[in-house]
Amino acid sequence: MRRIGTIDDFAERYALAVVGAGPAGLAAASTASALGVETVLLDENPSPGGQIYRAVTTAPVKRRERLGEEDRRGAELARELGVSASAYAPAATVWNVAPPLGEEGPGRGFEIGVSLGGRARLIGASEVILATGAQERPFPIPGWTLPGVMTAGAAQIALKCSGLIPDGRVVLAGTGPLLYLLASQLHAAGARIAALLDTTPRRNLAAALPALPAFLASAYLAKGLSLLARARRALDIVSGVTALCAGGESRLSRIVYERAGREARIDCDLLLLHQGVVPGVNLAGATGCALDWDDGQLAFRPRLDGWLMSSVPGVAVAGDGGGIAGAESAVFTGRLVAFGAAARLGRIDAARRDREAVELRGALARLARGRRFLDLLYRPARQFRVPADGATVVCRCEEVTAQKIRETAALGAPGPNQMKAFTRCGMGPCQGRLCGLTVTEMIAEARGVSPAEVGYYRLRPPVKPVTLAEIAAMPRTPEADRAVAR
Amino acid sequence: MFRRLPDAEGAELSFAFDGRELAGRAGDTVAAALLAAGVAACRATPVSGAARGPYCLMGICFECLVVIDGTANRQACMVPLAEGMLVESQQGAPAAQGEDRAR
Amino acid sequence: MRGAPILETEIAVIGGGLVGAALAYGLARERCRVCVLDEGDVALRASRGNFALVWVQSKGLGMPEYARWTTASAALWPALAAALKEDTGIDVGLSQPGGFTLALSEAELQSRIEAMQRLHNQPAMPRYPYEILDHAETRRRLPAIGREVAGSIYCPLDGHVNSLRLFGALHRGMARRGAVYRANAAVDTIAPAAGGFAVKGGFGEVRAARLMLAAGLGNGRLAPRLGLEAYLVPNKGQIIVTEKVAPFLHHPLHTLRQTDEGGLMIGDSQEERGFDTSVATPVISVMAERAIRMFPLLARLNVVRSWAALRVMSQDGFPVYEQSKAFAGAFLATCHSGVTLAANHALTLAPALARGSLPAAASPFTSERFHVPQAA
Repeated sequence: MRRIGTIDDFAERYALAVVGAGPAGLAAASTASALGVETVLLDENPSPGGQIYRAVTTAPVKRRERLGEEDRRGAELARELGVSASAYAPAATVWNVAPPLGEEGPGRGFEIGVSLGGRARLIGASEVILATGAQERPFPIPGWTLPGVMTAGAAQIALKCSGLIPDGRVVLAGTGPLLYLLASQLHAAGARIAALLDTTPRRNLAAALPALPAFLASAYLAKGLSLLARARRALDIVSGVTALCAGGESRLSRIVYERAGREARIDCDLLLLHQGVVPGVNLAGATGCALDWDDGQLAFRPRLDGWLMSSVPGVAVAGDGGGIAGAESAVFTGRLVAFGAAARLGRIDAARRDREAVELRGALARLARGRRFLDLLYRPARQFRVPADGATVVCRCEEVTAQKIRETAALGAPGPNQMKAFTRCGMGPCQGRLCGLTVTEMIAEARGVSPAEVGYYRLRPPVKPVTLAEIAAMPRTPEADRAVAR
Repeated sequence: MFRRLPDAEGAELSFAFDGRELAGRAGDTVAAALLAAGVAACRATPVSGAARGPYCLMGICFECLVVIDGTANRQACMVPLAEGMLVESQQGAPAAQGEDRAR
Repeated sequence: MRGAPILETEIAVIGGGLVGAALAYGLARERCRVCVLDEGDVALRASRGNFALVWVQSKGLGMPEYARWTTASAALWPALAAALKEDTGIDVGLSQPGGFTLALSEAELQSRIEAMQRLHNQPAMPRYPYEILDHAETRRRLPAIGREVAGSIYCPLDGHVNSLRLFGALHRGMARRGAVYRANAAVDTIAPAAGGFAVKGGFGEVRAARLMLAAGLGNGRLAPRLGLEAYLVPNKGQIIVTEKVAPFLHHPLHTLRQTDEGGLMIGDSQEERGFDTSVATPVISVMAERAIRMFPLLARLNVVRSWAALRVMSQDGFPVYEQSKAFAGAFLATCHSGVTLAANHALTLAPALARGSLPAAASPFTSERFHVPQAA
C-alpha cells in the first residue's frame, strides 16, 4: 500500500479511484489492485474503517475486544489494504466527481476533486467506485437541535476513537439493531444508561413474521439474540414509545415520552437517538447518478444495475451507499465492483469476472434474505419521520420548521427543490443530509403521492466544504476565462 | 456527558476553549475533546442565535462548527486535536478573515 | 388527469417563475381571475439562476429604451416591496444603496468606462448619475477591496433584494389575491376555443379568455401556435454561494454580493452550451479567483453550494413583450432580468394587460424590432 501524505503525492491519473475506506471501499481497493488495476483509495478520515470499523487500526486492543468479534473483520480488511499495491490517501476529502475538462461522454473517465491539507487538486481516473457508506436517518423530534442530543453513531465514534463513554443521566431512544448494539457496548464498557426508549412500532412484528424463517436460518439470529439479551441486562427498556420530545433551555435537561397513551418524563443530559441508517447519496447525486426511492428502506439510493453500475457509465456504487445491507454485504459488493472494474479495464476477462461473481452473489443473496426480517421489524414509525408538531425544526442548518414546510407545500410547491427555493431548507452546509428525507416525505404526505414521485434535492458539487482559495487554484480553460471575464 | 475510559491511551494535550484551559488526548478530534471536557454547546447559529453542539461526530451535520486557531467554520469532529490549539465557540456568522493559510 | 374538470379562468399565465409570478400577482391585484400553470420540481427554471440584483448601470447598450424600462422598474421597486409587505407580511429585503462594477486591471477599467460612455452617448438614453472611481475612492467606500482593484463604476440606482423571499412573497401574494397556482402542469397544447383558449396537458385542461406566455425557454415551443415569435437561446450561468459570514458588504457588485442571510453569492459567467446545467469546475475556479482578488478576505470561506441555470436570451438580449396579432388575447413576456423588472411586470405591465393591452412603455419590445433592417 502506498500512502499519500500530501496533495503532491498523487499521480496525475489512476485506472480506478475508490472513494471511502469503509468495508466496501477497503475490499474494492484491495481486490482491484490485486487484479493489476492501478488504484487509489481516498478517505476523509485519518485512518481506515469507515464508520463501522472506525479507529480499528488505532484504538487500543482491549477496547476493540469490547466492541465484539465483528471488529476483527475490520482489522483484517485494513491489513489486506496494507499489503496491497493500492495507493491510499487518508484525510483526503473528495468534493466532486465529474467528466474531465472539455470532454464528456462515456469512456472519457473522470476528474476527482480532492482536498488534502488545505489544498485542492483534480485527479484523473478511468473508473470510479463510490463507497461513501451510510448515515443515520434524521430523527426530527421537538428539541432535537438542543446541545446534549446526539446520535447513537456519535456515541460509538466517541467510544471507538477516544475511549469516551456517556456519563451522567443518559437515555437511548429509537429503533434498530444498532441501538441495542450500542447499549450492550456501552454496558460492557461500564456506562450506566438510565433507559432505552424503544420506538419500534408494535405492528411491525406482524409485518416482519413472513421473513422470520430466513432470519432464523441466518447468521443474524445468533448475533441478534445475544445482542438483545445483553441489552436487556444492560438497561431498562421501555418499548412501544409513540412520541418523544426533548426539552431544556439552552441545552437538554429532560425528555418527555408517550407510551400506551400515557406521558412520562425523564430528566437527563444526554439523549442518543437512532432509527436506522440510510445511504449517503450526496456524492453520487452530484456526480449525476440517478436516485430512486426505495420504499422498503424508506430512503433514496442510486439506481444500480446487476453489476452495481450507476446510471453514470464508469461509476459503480458499493456498500451501504448503494442501499443498506450491512458491513458483511459491503465487503462482497466491494469485491464485486472491483471485478467489474478490472474486466472493463481489460485486466481480466469477462469469464473470470462472471466466475468470481457467482460466489459473491450467492453470499449477498443469503445475507439479504436474512436481513429482511430486521428491515421490516425495525421500520421506523411515520410520526418519527414526519413530525406532527409544527415547531419541530426540520432543516437544522436554516432552522426551517415543520409548520413552514407544510404551509409551503400547501401553497403548491411540488417537490424539494421548489421547497428549497421558497424556504431555504436544504441550503445550509449539510446540503440536505439531515433534512432531505423528512422534506420529501412531508411533501409526499401533503400531495398524497409517494416519495418516489416527489423526488429528492438536486445535489451539486462541492459535496464537502472546500474554500474559495482552493477552488481558485484549480485548473481553468480559455473557455472558462472567456465565460467569466468578458 | 462523557467520561474517559481508564484504558485510554495517547498523550495528554492541552488546548484552550473560549479562554479556558482544557485537556484532551492525542487521537481525539476537537469535538471529542470538548465533549470529554463537558462542553455541550460550541456555537450559536447565524439564523437565530440558538445554542448548538456536536450531533453526529462523523462530519455530516455541520453542527460542531468552531473557530480553530483563527479559522472559522471548522468542523470540530473532523479536526485532530493538537497541543496548544486555540478553539473558540462560533457566535453567529463569523467575520470573514484574511489570506488563506494551509490548514 | 383524465376526467378532471376543466378549470375556467379569465387569464391563464403559463410559467410560475419570476416573470409569471410577478405578472400573476399584478393581475390578481387588478382583480383578474388568474390561473398559473407551472412545471414540476425539476424543470429548467431560469429563476433559480437569478442573482437577486435590481441593477441599472450598464444596461441598454444597443437599446436605450431598455435603459429607460430598467430605470423605471428600479424606481418602482419600493412600491412593489411595499405592496408585497402589505399583502403577505413578507419583507423582501429590498436594499438600493447603489452598486459597483469592480475592475481588476487598468485595461478592464478602461474598457468599462468606454462602454458606459457609449451607453450614455446613445440618443434618447435616460440621464442618470454614475461615478468613475479610482482605487483609492473605491477603497474608501468598500474598505475590504484588494490591491488589484484598479477602480470601479458606481451607480446610486443599483440595489438588490432577497430573491427567495421575493419569490415566496409573489406566490403567497397571488394566492392571497385569489390566483390559482398549479404545479406539475406542463402545457402540451394551446388551441383557440370558444371564448378564448383551451390549454391542455397531463394536468387536464384550463379554459381562459386570455393567455400570458411567461414560460421562459418553454416559450419557444408554445409561442408559434399563438401567432407569436420567441427565438430564445439558453445562456448558462454558474453561481457559487459561500457559508454565512458577518455582514461586511452592503453594496451589491455586478458579480458578487452578500445576501442578507450572510452568504456571499458569486456569479456571473455566460456560456452558450445548449441545455447543459452541470457545474463545471474551471468556470467556478475563475469566478472564485476573481472574487478573491476583489476581496482577499474571502479566500478562506467555504463554498457551500454551486449551481448552474439557463438565462432566457432573446436574439438581442432585450425583453420581448408582445400581443399576438392573430389572437388578441394572447401575450408573450420574456426577459433575463426577472428580478430587476419584477416591479414593472407587476405594477406596469400587469395593470395594462388586465385592461387588454400592453402599456406604451413596453411597445419598443415587440418582436417587430427583429424584422426592421438595422441602420448602418
